[in-house]
Amino acid sequence: MLLSRQRRVLPGFRLTLGFSLFYLGLIVLIPLVAVFAKTGALTWERFWHAAASPVALGAYRLSFGVSFLAALVNAVFGLLVAWVLVRYRFWGRRLMDALVDLPFALPTAVAGVTLAALYAPNGWIGEWLAPYGLKISYTRLGVFVALTFIGLPFVVRTVQPVIEALDLEVEEAAATLGANRFQTFRRVILPALFPALLTGFALAFARALGEYGSVVFISSNLPLRTQIVPVLIMSKLEQFDYAGAAALAAVMLVVSFLLLLAINGLQWRTARHHQQT
Amino acid sequence: MKTVLKILPALVLALAAHARAINLLNVSYDPTREFYEQYNAVFARYWKARTGDTVAVQMSHGGSGKQAQAVINGLDADVVTLALAYDIDQIARQAKLLPPDWQKRLPDNSAPYTSTIVFLVRQGNPKHIKDWNDLVKPGVAVVTPNPKTSGGARWAFLAAWAYALDQYGHDEAKARDFVARLYKNVPVLDTGARGATITFVQHGIGDVLLVWENEAHLAIQEAGAGKFEIVTPSLSILAEPPVAVVDKNAGRHGVLTVAQAYLKYLYSDEGQEIAAKNFYRPRNSKLAARYANRFARLKLVTVEGQFGGWRKAQANFFSDGGIFDQIYQP
Amino acid sequence: METANASGLQRCPTSTLQPFRESLNVPALAPFDAVKNLGRHRPTTEPALVRWLLIVLALLFLALFLVLPLLSVFVQALSKGLGFYVRTLDDPLTWSAIKLTLIAAGISVPMNCLFGVAAAWAIAKFDFAGKQVLTALIDLPFSISPVISGFAYVLVFGAQGWLGPWLAARGIQIIFAVPGIVLVTVFVTFPFVARELIPLMQSQGRAEEEAARTLGARGGQMFWRITLPNIKWGLLYGVILCNARAMGEFGAVSVVSGHIAGRTDTLPLHVEFLYNGYDLTGAFAVASMLTLLALVTLALKAWIERKESSLKL
Repeated sequence: MLLSRQRRVLPGFRLTLGFSLFYLGLIVLIPLVAVFAKTGALTWERFWHAAASPVALGAYRLSFGVSFLAALVNAVFGLLVAWVLVRYRFWGRRLMDALVDLPFALPTAVAGVTLAALYAPNGWIGEWLAPYGLKISYTRLGVFVALTFIGLPFVVRTVQPVIEALDLEVEEAAATLGANRFQTFRRVILPALFPALLTGFALAFARALGEYGSVVFISSNLPLRTQIVPVLIMSKLEQFDYAGAAALAAVMLVVSFLLLLAINGLQWRTARHHQQT
Repeated sequence: MKTVLKILPALVLALAAHARAINLLNVSYDPTREFYEQYNAVFARYWKARTGDTVAVQMSHGGSGKQAQAVINGLDADVVTLALAYDIDQIARQAKLLPPDWQKRLPDNSAPYTSTIVFLVRQGNPKHIKDWNDLVKPGVAVVTPNPKTSGGARWAFLAAWAYALDQYGHDEAKARDFVARLYKNVPVLDTGARGATITFVQHGIGDVLLVWENEAHLAIQEAGAGKFEIVTPSLSILAEPPVAVVDKNAGRHGVLTVAQAYLKYLYSDEGQEIAAKNFYRPRNSKLAARYANRFARLKLVTVEGQFGGWRKAQANFFSDGGIFDQIYQP
Repeated sequence: METANASGLQRCPTSTLQPFRESLNVPALAPFDAVKNLGRHRPTTEPALVRWLLIVLALLFLALFLVLPLLSVFVQALSKGLGFYVRTLDDPLTWSAIKLTLIAAGISVPMNCLFGVAAAWAIAKFDFAGKQVLTALIDLPFSISPVISGFAYVLVFGAQGWLGPWLAARGIQIIFAVPGIVLVTVFVTFPFVARELIPLMQSQGRAEEEAARTLGARGGQMFWRITLPNIKWGLLYGVILCNARAMGEFGAVSVVSGHIAGRTDTLPLHVEFLYNGYDLTGAFAVASMLTLLALVTLALKAWIERKESSLKL
């Protein structure tokens, strides 16, 4: 890294940057390079065979599809929750506000066993649905429930501050100009919230893609039907197939990295947009 | 003086031995938890009486294939007690932690107890499941773990295949179709035998569980009477879960002798009795006779006899792109 | 509008952990008279009926997804009585899991703390090329599946991995032992402190520290007297999140643990162990401990948020 030639009054640049780079390299980069190196040992053909086998394709489809749906539901309900928490006053609001972060603080294994028990045919929620033939635990719906749970805080927490910062005068102006409340929401509020909503959606999506702990308990882990990519990687690990696991892991690493770039770009643009207006 | 000199080292050894507390790590598969919990206590008592040393055996349980993989990657097992020989072969082949002929070192193919695959159904057998051909009927939900990770599931898969061969005059295509239809009826594929049992017993999923014989009895004990029944099919497979000392690890830890004794004692009357009490079929004929009423009689085929050994069966059925993968194609 | 939005969003470009923090900056109580007078309908709020409908809908969603699971953990944990609950938690295997969890968190949190402060100092107070890349790389562990991170460590330290044979020859056990568990915990909690501090220190600028230096303060003095007091709440916040994740990590630890009961089982793994041992109630008893920990985390977090916003007001 090139240092810009500025006069530095503050001490410790070399030390802190050096330590950061060393630590980053040791803890994060070397292990990740190992994954790609393992993939590099494969011929292109074998890589393709492992990364694009029907079972793998089924897992991608499920992982991306269900993560997308879960993030979508979180976008809708996260917006609703954020709106209600910011704009309305009601009993228990503060408690709910604090609880929103529960999925983040709760170990995923605990979330997994709890949700699995709750939505099983003999569970608190499952028993109400079972008579209608609706099964959740051990189906795709179960995967969906788990991924919705773990992604819940992201949209709420990205949208909430933006709603708090919204200027009421703009809404008033819209009302003065004859817009009804729904029109104001659609034309004025939603566009202002949209970038944050998209960011929250992307965060929830990224988180859902990598999730393992909660899903493994509530999913039936059937190849092509309810097996998500992290579970497939785990199962490859458990059956002597390191190269296959590495191929899948490399694909997912690239996807995560692209998502991360997209999210950063999105946030950067949002900030610039807001600073300009 | 000479006698003193002779006795002294022995005395020192004995004293040193008294001070020793030995740790053994036994890496095992899923349904052996309860068995080894009891056996470890008994062995510790036996070893203490014989040598004065205190042995604490630590356990690690999981799907058999997964456990073997962990040992290959450095899980520090002194002994492995897995669900099938192929998994220990892999340890010998890939990590070279024990000699390739490990299976000849103990009697009975190094399998001190045997087991088989039976069916566990809900009380009253509402779907009238009597034999393998009832499992492929539409509307029957079969719970079994993933053969890719679970040893028990691989035995179950082969048992179903053997039944189909027997029924359809050794027509491979028909056997394949039969097993494919069976797995179409599987709503949950857990990674280990224990996970599958939990799914079936605790979460009420499925009509029938393909399960280790001992695991089936244990599930009934745990759930209490009047909830589940065991159905014995007309034909099943003789499962021989083998045990082996992981020489290199045990040697490095200096526990080779204890590790060997630990496995050898499984063949003793006491060891065999604990196995029988935990519904593993004992090898010892005297104990087998005494506990005969615990184990249903059925026709048992062997992997060697029917499938030409584990290495062949593994490559044919469970490797990547093998028959199990093929029947899961859409 | 500009100022409020700018302060709310200026940290956005670099952070993905933002959702967690964002609400801090803005005062919790916005002066919405319209909302306070629930009876009258103002143009900037919705009709009462819509309002209540939205509240009920949001509460139903939260109840279904948050409150019910939370309750069910404790109900299931106590379903066999308090005696059974206490016996499960007093079991030697549970104690060893608690111990290991504390070790893993006790090592990884200070390490990542040190890294977080160092990285934030370099990134926030100095300009250098590649800063954006470095910040993105710090976020990386956050977006990687825990299974993959565990696997990556097996590839490096496992017996068949890069360093495996070298380590084995020296009798050093990393994977399937405590060091491996600590290492993957460090990995998965890697970004937490740094991601809290970087935007905070960026927004504070370097004027105060520069003034201290000009007045003759030594590096250490400057850090302890100026920087640390300025960042202490953000640091604490990062530590709490880091700790919650460190104690609760399951996927990555599961890959490298080896599941030796009483030796390499952490609390989340012990939940799985009990769950697989026909002991559902026991599993939920241990799970309830972790849930309590999560609740304490949330309470601390809310406390810090209030502290910070009151400081700002």
